[in-house]
Amino acid sequence: MSAALLDARLVVDRGTFRLDVPLRVAPGEVVALLGPNGAGKTTALRALAGLHPLTSGHVTLGGVDLDRPASRGWVPTERRPIGVVFQDYLLFPHLSALDNVAFGPRRHGVDRRAARATARDWLDRVGLAGHAHRRPRQLSGGQAQRVALARALAVAPSLLLLDEPLAALDARTRLDTRAELHRHLSAHPGATVLVTHDPLDALALADRLVIVEGGRVVQEGDGPSVTARPRTDYVARLVGLNLYRGRAEDHGVRVAPELTLTVAERLDGEAFVAFRPAAVALHPSRPDGSPRNTWAGTVAGVQRHGDNVRVQVDGPIGVAADVTPAAAAQLRLIPGQRIWVAVKASETHAYPATG
Amino acid sequence: MSRVLDTAAPRRRGRVPAALLIPAGLGLLFLVLPLAGLVVRAPWTTLPQRLTEPGALTALRLSVQTATLATVLCLLLGVPLAWLLARVEFPGRRLVRALVTVPLVLPPVVGGVALLLVFGRRGLLGGWLDATFGVTLPFTTAGVVLAESFVAMPFLVIAVEGALRAADHRYEEAAATLGADRWTTFTHVTLPLVGPGLAAGAVLCWARALGEFGATITFAGNYPGRTQTMPLAVYLALETDLESAIVLSLVLLAVSVGILVALRDRWMAGP
Amino acid sequence: MNRRATRTTVAALVALAALAGAGCGGGDEPAPAAGADGRVTGTVTVFAAASLTESFTRIGRDFEAANPGSTVTLNLAGSSALANQINQGAPADVFASAAPRNMTTVTEAGNADGTPSIFARNQLVIAVPRDNPKGVTGLADLTRPGVKVALCAEQVPCGAAARSALDAAGVALTPVTLEQDVKGALSKVKLGEVDAALIYRTDARAATADVTGVEFPESARAVNDYPIVALKDAPNQAGARAFVAYVRSAPAQAVLAEAGFQAP
Repeated sequence: MSAALLDARLVVDRGTFRLDVPLRVAPGEVVALLGPNGAGKTTALRALAGLHPLTSGHVTLGGVDLDRPASRGWVPTERRPIGVVFQDYLLFPHLSALDNVAFGPRRHGVDRRAARATARDWLDRVGLAGHAHRRPRQLSGGQAQRVALARALAVAPSLLLLDEPLAALDARTRLDTRAELHRHLSAHPGATVLVTHDPLDALALADRLVIVEGGRVVQEGDGPSVTARPRTDYVARLVGLNLYRGRAEDHGVRVAPELTLTVAERLDGEAFVAFRPAAVALHPSRPDGSPRNTWAGTVAGVQRHGDNVRVQVDGPIGVAADVTPAAAAQLRLIPGQRIWVAVKASETHAYPATG
Repeated sequence: MSRVLDTAAPRRRGRVPAALLIPAGLGLLFLVLPLAGLVVRAPWTTLPQRLTEPGALTALRLSVQTATLATVLCLLLGVPLAWLLARVEFPGRRLVRALVTVPLVLPPVVGGVALLLVFGRRGLLGGWLDATFGVTLPFTTAGVVLAESFVAMPFLVIAVEGALRAADHRYEEAAATLGADRWTTFTHVTLPLVGPGLAAGAVLCWARALGEFGATITFAGNYPGRTQTMPLAVYLALETDLESAIVLSLVLLAVSVGILVALRDRWMAGP
Repeated sequence: MNRRATRTTVAALVALAALAGAGCGGGDEPAPAAGADGRVTGTVTVFAAASLTESFTRIGRDFEAANPGSTVTLNLAGSSALANQINQGAPADVFASAAPRNMTTVTEAGNADGTPSIFARNQLVIAVPRDNPKGVTGLADLTRPGVKVALCAEQVPCGAAARSALDAAGVALTPVTLEQDVKGALSKVKLGEVDAALIYRTDARAATADVTGVEFPESARAVNDYPIVALKDAPNQAGARAFVAYVRSAPAQAVLAEAGFQAP
């Protein structure tokens, strides 16, 4: 990682909940805070913006302490070099798109004419030059999102913060807007932190993912490494993998008291085993010979999943299996039915749980 | 009977239920009939000459002037107060909010006496004002404005505080992230957001000030051209000449309804 | 049985006394008779000017004592408001006004039972704060610079009387306020907002704790007559007539005199 522009350790106590997230972001880097609802992502964003004071830790941007409770360092929101895109945009309803974008430059001491010129330039960049005089309620969701982005960028912030920037959009608009947002984020020279619960948004927009669960960072890394080697159930579900933790010894990982999975890798100590649901085969009776990883289970649920059928099977470990509709029909899958599960060792991926 | 109801029910679906319509109509009648009484009893033939009597016009002008000044005073003091109550946590906020509404429940005459006890010649502040600046408020037009403001301010504060509470305060956070300090946020974001509530509060405030009687006559007395507002003129006219009183009331009514309707059209008209 | 007999006797005696008192009062109309059996019972509703508050409360209690079984209900307000209420059909038995003009409104509307009679007179005094800091001794002092004066508005009786008195004295006075009634003017003196007010002697006397009443000769030129009358549509006609007679009797007149009224 290059020299961090943003260096923070965000510690916020809220009742019994404690957020404790270290965060370093380089200039030009886009970091996504990804996590389930209630993980503390938005609190982290608000702490960066100065809308919520830290309990301890620090927020340092470009070498300046914005918040450091230990030394009573505090820069109020309005004096932080930041730009924020809020989840529902919060465009000022009484101002035109142009005046919404010009609002920031005006507050930063730019005269009215220059501020409007800057605003017009930004509206042009987000492709809304023709909508300058519309009021927010006359804009579509995607347009409002772009005005909100232009408004946040018009003050040339060192730190750009986005809270679920695409959550309020419908699926189709979301696709277009995501691509455009990616273009603007890539062009932004400052640090960018975006908060989302959508792994697709995170993977499409961010250079690096920071996965937050229960106020803690559970995994961190670029898109490919996170998707290939999930370290929590949450991430595994996000990327659609079966994930188990166990004790490895040679080619075996003991994932349940009476179940040891045979894997391709050879390792020792705490390890994860991951495999795709499509790699799981189901049999009406104990399969003969070939795969070594077989065990008996009970069908817990059956539902359509894309072109296939996803079957949840309880047993020594819970597992998701994707089978073709034809196979599903042949197996006559109904909840409660006994069934045999088989996974080829070559389809599994094992990696150490530490480091 | 039940058959009639059965067949009638589908046809009546979507119409206003009688259980609401009848009391609503009665409520409207209750409010409007007394006005109708005034109109019916008005001496229409002598109306023009009664209207041009200088006393009536003087009182009307004074009423409109003082009610407007009182509204300005209430806006200057009441809006910040409403903001404080809606946006700032401080100990005793509930108590302060209750105190703000006191003039609503206080009989206005008592309000007038209370004002005298503070701003009167021997009042807590009045004596000091007189000795230091030579300013006396009772029996002056300024005293009328003060009395009207005292009675009318709660209407403004309550309306604006309600609007502020209903307004999404995250807009203020958004303004802060764009570099606006609290004052700029207040003037550029908060006030425009609560504009309709502010307008409604100002209108209520003005209307209340225009009709103010008890606190005004108690604190500012009654002197034509200086402190005799329209309601005072109406009251004294009642002593001698019922018809005169009716005419003056009608004038007050016409002017206030006219102004309220005009303002409402302007403020409520969408772009 | 016994008690009832006693009561009847007392009532008859009191009614006689009342008639006698009325006669002594020197009224110029025949004394009205009480009920057919000489007893007054039921509720007598009296509409009385606000300046009669204290004296009529006492007189009402005395009347009830003298007429067991009767109840006096007082409606106290400005004379003009009362006159309006009566002409609009309010169920009143007796009207006692603080000014002949308001009485005329009622008689002209044909609502009086007989001719009103004057039962008391009131005069103006200059009410000043108890210690009289400005040393006011007469009307002329009220025109001195720095002396703030409250008068009643000319639309109400005390204001009309003040105007007559000032005119009689040839004093040109600019008051700071023209109050809607005597109590308003009085309270301005009590609170120290004005240095003097022209109010009725009776009101000044009722407020001796706070104000001093300064007599002045010109007040004789602006005497206020208080007329009383039984009303034509009185629900309790016998009671109405008996109450009017009682007000003019010696005991009631004594109460009025104590309050500062003069005899007619």
